[in-house]
Amino acid sequence: MRDFFGKITLLISLLLLSSCNDMVLLNPKGVIAEQQTNLLIISVLLMLIIVIPTIVITIYFAWKYNHKRNEEYNPNFYHNTKIEIICWGVPTFIVIILAVIAWVTSHSLDPYREIKASKNDPIEIQVVALDWKWLFIYPEQKIASVNWLQIPVDTPINFKITADAPMNSFWIPALAGQIYAMPGMQTKLHIMSDSVGNYLGRSSNYSGTGFSGMKFNTRVSSRQDFNEWVTKVKNSNEKLDWTTYSELAKQTINHPVEYFESVDMHLYHKIMDKFMNPNFGKQETNKHLNH
Amino acid sequence: MEYIFGKLTLNDLAFLHDPIVLGATIFIVLGALSIGGGLTYFKKWGYLWKEWITTVDHKKIGAMYIIVSLIMFVRGFADALLMRSHQAVASASETGLGYLPPEHYDQIFTAHGVIMIFFVAMPFMFGLLNIIIPLQIGARDVAFPYLNSLSFWLFAVSVILINASLILGEFAATGWLAYPPLSGIEYSPGVGVDYYLWAIQISGLGSLLSGINFVVTIIKMRCPGMKLMKMPIFTWTALCAMILVVAAFPILTATLAMLLFDRLFEMKFFTSSFGGNQMMYINLIWAWGHPEVYILVLPAFGIFSEIVSTFSKKRLFGYTTMVWAIASITIASTIVWLHHFFTMGSGANVNAFFGIATMIIAIPTGVKIFNWLFTMYKGRVSYDSPMLWTMGFLVLFVVGGMTGVLMSVPAVDFQLHNSLFLIAHFHNVIIGGAIFGYFAGMYYWFPKVFGFKLDEKYSKLSFYCWTIGFIVSFVPVYIAGLNGATRRVSQFTGEEVGIYNIELITAFVGALIIAAGVLFLFLSIIVAIINRNKKEYKENANDPWDGRTLEWSTSSPPPFYNFAIVPEVKEIDDFWEQKYGRKHRKDTNYTDIHMPKNTSVGFIISLFSLGFGFAMIWHIWWLVAVSSVGIFVTWVCRAMDHDIDYYVKKEEVKKIESGNK
Repeated sequence: MRDFFGKITLLISLLLLSSCNDMVLLNPKGVIAEQQTNLLIISVLLMLIIVIPTIVITIYFAWKYNHKRNEEYNPNFYHNTKIEIICWGVPTFIVIILAVIAWVTSHSLDPYREIKASKNDPIEIQVVALDWKWLFIYPEQKIASVNWLQIPVDTPINFKITADAPMNSFWIPALAGQIYAMPGMQTKLHIMSDSVGNYLGRSSNYSGTGFSGMKFNTRVSSRQDFNEWVTKVKNSNEKLDWTTYSELAKQTINHPVEYFESVDMHLYHKIMDKFMNPNFGKQETNKHLNH
Repeated sequence: MEYIFGKLTLNDLAFLHDPIVLGATIFIVLGALSIGGGLTYFKKWGYLWKEWITTVDHKKIGAMYIIVSLIMFVRGFADALLMRSHQAVASASETGLGYLPPEHYDQIFTAHGVIMIFFVAMPFMFGLLNIIIPLQIGARDVAFPYLNSLSFWLFAVSVILINASLILGEFAATGWLAYPPLSGIEYSPGVGVDYYLWAIQISGLGSLLSGINFVVTIIKMRCPGMKLMKMPIFTWTALCAMILVVAAFPILTATLAMLLFDRLFEMKFFTSSFGGNQMMYINLIWAWGHPEVYILVLPAFGIFSEIVSTFSKKRLFGYTTMVWAIASITIASTIVWLHHFFTMGSGANVNAFFGIATMIIAIPTGVKIFNWLFTMYKGRVSYDSPMLWTMGFLVLFVVGGMTGVLMSVPAVDFQLHNSLFLIAHFHNVIIGGAIFGYFAGMYYWFPKVFGFKLDEKYSKLSFYCWTIGFIVSFVPVYIAGLNGATRRVSQFTGEEVGIYNIELITAFVGALIIAAGVLFLFLSIIVAIINRNKKEYKENANDPWDGRTLEWSTSSPPPFYNFAIVPEVKEIDDFWEQKYGRKHRKDTNYTDIHMPKNTSVGFIISLFSLGFGFAMIWHIWWLVAVSSVGIFVTWVCRAMDHDIDYYVKKEEVKKIESGNK
């Protein structure tokens, strides 16, 4: 039996070790994710101060006071003020430290907080969660893409996020924590990546049949590559106005990457506003047809 | 036809479309036929009706709760195996598709969650409460025996309803909490969400009635001398959990009713358009959902407290602090719900408040763990199966608690929310906490109800398989979560092909080890039933573990009136004092005992409720009318019936008591 346990433990530790090297959350590539990872590790270590002794004591007591060992038996030991104060005190102490950390980091890592520590000007990107793909609108570059997010390195990115679909969650694990994307509403997320590469982004909040394929590639590239990409998109000959958007918004699964050379500059707000008046979209389409 | 069958057509027979469903349907139909056939062959219908269906005896109702819960556990666990095997196949294959289409997989994970929480954990907990609470407080039944029968049957018919979705139509594919707008009529036009809503509404009503019943029972029906601060800890946890039921379940009912009105009458509570607010649904459902976690786990804590103390042969260390810890968990559990959606954009101050409130719960929980440890300290600990499950709990739960506190730090939660890390965390606390607790309680109290022990060898095997299987199964899930894997993904395409395959295959192996644990669990019951008359199973059945509380002071199984003479309590763990302290002399001055009569009203009302729920799902309006009238008329008849109780004559009590010796 002991041999069996040994093998299991070995197997699990091998699994842990082999995975650690490439675990996304432990290998952050963005300034926010880095701080979140550090926070995760600090919190775990802080709790291990109490968790490890507890497990050790559990096993020790379980072994020592096994009735077969005939250790000291004292059925009247059921109250001891000192021990009980320690029982309340130690966890309280750890929780106070953790609470301070939680309060401070809730503010410093608030996804709504702009990232100022960069010489580069921030870029705004509007994100729309659709059934089942992601639309990215670059208002400054006046372009849009589907399921492909290209951003320059060392540049703060200000995401404004909404949805024209059930609730989703916008998440690029390598770069920063997630935030919900909800129809008729806007949430914000600020990220900055400090290393060039391709990172998986996906919806993490289940939104229906095509949910598994609701993901996108995030390419963090040099400023020059980014500009080249913008030029490439500008030559794509596809326009995104309300009509093409309405086509795009229909349910599709595993949608391919798409580029749009120009975008209706009010599209993002129209998408949000349409929930105030459900006939909004239809009127727009009609108007468009009447021209 | 539309008037007769509503929306229901032959095409809604789900097994016409899917071989897996066909198998399940055949299994259910054959099962029903063989049970029905067996009952007819052995002429047991009358017995079933008189002794079980119409019973108001809390012990029998409790046993029925647990039987149904175990049956549903098999279904919920089969769902888990389907998901684990599908994910293992999908992650290992080149295409990443697995063998289940997303529409089917999505229904499976929804059903798994709904079944495990509402139809396994809740009834198991209510079953144990039913059996033990009246015995532990020295009462002869619960405060409202007929209501208790109604609660059970409402739960039982909702089990039928949720299983009907397997055969007729479909189940919700929305996740177990059915967030709108996905669960709204626009995105889920089918009957799946309606099955979800009606099954939970009907069983939820039963839970609320049970909650009220037990609060009143514990407050009003304790035997003389049992002051609040002399109650057994299990009764304390039950009281607190039931107060939470009374506080939280109305929120669930109201929230689901609003979602129902959105779907049925095109109302706009939670829609995206016309000013509906989906965030309100998420707030409301978790304002129920978080207390629900503690409704499940508090009684498990109570069970562990009883077991640690009994098997260490020591009074529970720090009784008073334990009670305060339970009470503070109860209160704190109602102000932490927002930690389920830090990522909805509430702002830093709000997130920090709810994060810190969540951490605070860790303090009393930690205190409880230390109290259990110091109960073992200088004790004489013996490791029968209930104590083994408790030891497994102590180690696993500490880890689960740690990952929980980790996620209560909002900035960390932004990275872990909705990932498989979250999935591993809550399975860690629900399996390692609640389920291990219920199993421990089942092994501990089984001899009380049936007069013989469950098989020790198989129950120990079951424990080892469960614990090892749990670790093998969920450590990789934690790791996959840290690797950015999200929940509810059924297919791994593109860059995700193969990246989680080591984790998911290991997790599947773990699930198979747990499956062996489940098998041994049932074997331990079956083997014990076969050998129930053998000495090692029957020995000391009245008090097999050298118990400390009142439930062990009566015979096993107890007579239907529980106690011939209502006990009088002077101390905490009074039965232990009676045995070893003040040497209580058995009183034989019997008096007439006032007992409730059996009633079929609960069963009939529930059957009409089943008709009502089914008719509402399929829009069969005539059946809606018939069922509502049926419920109302049955209820009025019961209200006018005054022949609901009787006295057991003292001569008969004397006869039963002398037979028990």
